[in-house]
Amino acid sequence: MSQITLNTLPSEIKDMDAAYSAAGGDAAVLHDHELASLVISGSKVLNANGVEGIVLETQETEHGVDVKLTIKKGYKIPHPVHLCFGLIPQDGLQEIMMNFVAEEDAAVELVAHCTFPNAIKIIHRMEAQMHVGKNASLKYTETHFHGPYGGAQVIPRAKVKIEEGGSYYNNFSLVSGRVGSLEFDYDVDAEKDSVCEMVTKVYGKKDDKIRIMEKVSLNGENARSVIKSRLAITENAESEFRGITEGHAPRSRGHVDCLEVIQGNAKAEAVPIIRVDNPLAKVTHEAAIGCVDKKEVETLMARGLEEDDAIDTIVKGMLA
Amino acid sequence: MSYILSVKNLVLSRDGKKILRGVNLEVGDREIHSIIGANGAGKSTLAYTLMGLQGYEQDEGSLIFNGEDITKLSITERAKKGITLAWQEPARFEGLKVRDYLAIGAKGDGGVTEEELKEALRKVDLKPEKYLDREVGEALSGGERKRIELASIITMKPKLAILDEPDSGIDVVSLKEIVNLIQTFKENGASVLVITHRKEIAAASDKASLMCEGVILRSGDPLEISEFFKNRCIPCDSRVSPPKAA
Ligand SMILES: Nc1ncnc2c1ncn2[C@@H]1O[C@H](COP(=O)(O)OP(=O)(O)OP(=O)(O)O)[C@@H](O)[C@H]1O
Ligand SMILES: [Mg+2]
Repeated sequence: MSQITLNTLPSEIKDMDAAYSAAGGDAAVLHDHELASLVISGSKVLNANGVEGIVLETQETEHGVDVKLTIKKGYKIPHPVHLCFGLIPQDGLQEIMMNFVAEEDAAVELVAHCTFPNAIKIIHRMEAQMHVGKNASLKYTETHFHGPYGGAQVIPRAKVKIEEGGSYYNNFSLVSGRVGSLEFDYDVDAEKDSVCEMVTKVYGKKDDKIRIMEKVSLNGENARSVIKSRLAITENAESEFRGITEGHAPRSRGHVDCLEVIQGNAKAEAVPIIRVDNPLAKVTHEAAIGCVDKKEVETLMARGLEEDDAIDTIVKGMLA
Repeated sequence: MSYILSVKNLVLSRDGKKILRGVNLEVGDREIHSIIGANGAGKSTLAYTLMGLQGYEQDEGSLIFNGEDITKLSITERAKKGITLAWQEPARFEGLKVRDYLAIGAKGDGGVTEEELKEALRKVDLKPEKYLDREVGEALSGGERKRIELASIITMKPKLAILDEPDSGIDVVSLKEIVNLIQTFKENGASVLVITHRKEIAAASDKASLMCEGVILRSGDPLEISEFFKNRCIPCDSRVSPPKAA
């Protein structure tokens, strides 16, 4: 597929480039024709560029865009595919319906940035279906930036199916600026010999609200999964984490790992839930909520950092 | 002889138990001073009190550093004056890169160059290319973390380095490197207060003090103090009659 640039004003592209950079992306990749990329501002597709082995289809809707991205059978895409979803104004609604398919033996890395730099009253909803075919690999990294005002309500939901021998890695990060309200909900079905790894890292401040719900069903023999969550919350922020792993098949292995650091008046709840109905499956969990480790803080203070800077360094390390 | 640190009648209790019972200690300028003594004598407690850690605020006594009373100063303030501490069991820092950790101590005086970072790792016998971009977390062994902590003190260039058993968890082969490292601190103009159970380290010191049940029993020539500790203190004399400070 070739580059499509649909009657777009140069200023819109410039604004999205700036927003993409604010979220930590390198805007140059969005203009490199050798790399696959997709840029959506509000309900407008600013750029959709496929490369060999990728079929990228988009359909603009009233409040967003429907996206279908297919990696054809056997294609191993050498460079990451860059996705950028954003809303530049202070308010608005963006609904993205995504359908990702990695066909049998395909491999791809998707790098997404979701950016709402001026958010005061913004809703971003993402409904995703991800299908990882037999022996395929899908790596999905999503970095969010919601600006400094706490005015974003972000609702990412995904249903993921990993076929036999497939692997799925999901990395979600929202650590700079405010969160606003986040309702993250991912549900994964893992078949025989598949691998699933989901990592979420979120830093909540002021009155941010964070809800993370992740579920993996290990349905096939020897399916393996890790759910790893790193949350830091401070001031009056609140977080709720549910990490569910179900072991339904022999030799399936799962682990849920949640580490949270709280400061100020922040409130955190972490519930790892493990269910096993096959005697040969094994699922484990660990969860810890607490303040920043005293020895770590004092070590950095003994090297000359002020207490606040020491705490900040430790939290940033945890969320890196 | 001028003293960089002078501790007078330091008393400290924790959870109602008196642990330091009147410590008197003087560390000279550019002096390597080792503290030896049995397990539970109060050596680490003394180190923590000198650094000003939370929960180690002294009940009585004075701490004079470089001619200035530091009793009321915070950890950070003490560090900025040039005091630092390497823990007996170093902390783990998930996600913090070795290079960033090593750079922290040098923040105050204009940062650190890539070459200085590498040199600090070489001094503790770690290959820079292998370690600079690793995390100071669980993936490192206890011995590796101890070396990295010592490296973080090299880049800080302190006036007084308090090292709590830098040899523990480090293989015997590397003991010589630790001794060299302590000597490098001295050559760079620092004083070193080193807590140790190893006679090799005591032997490389300018002076040693013997700690027993919360007091410094005697200070003097390192070999003499080591001998005294070996022959007279185990089993500790003080269990029969309370020790008198020398
Ligand atoms: N919070 C506390 N409450 C009561 N006693 C404590 C507390 N912390 C330490 N102690 C006691 O103080 C004594 C001195 O401990 P410290 O760790 O300073 O000994 P040490 O000389 O460093 O020993 P080692 O050679 O084993 O490292 C010990 O008997 C210890 O049990
Ligand atoms: Mg000790």
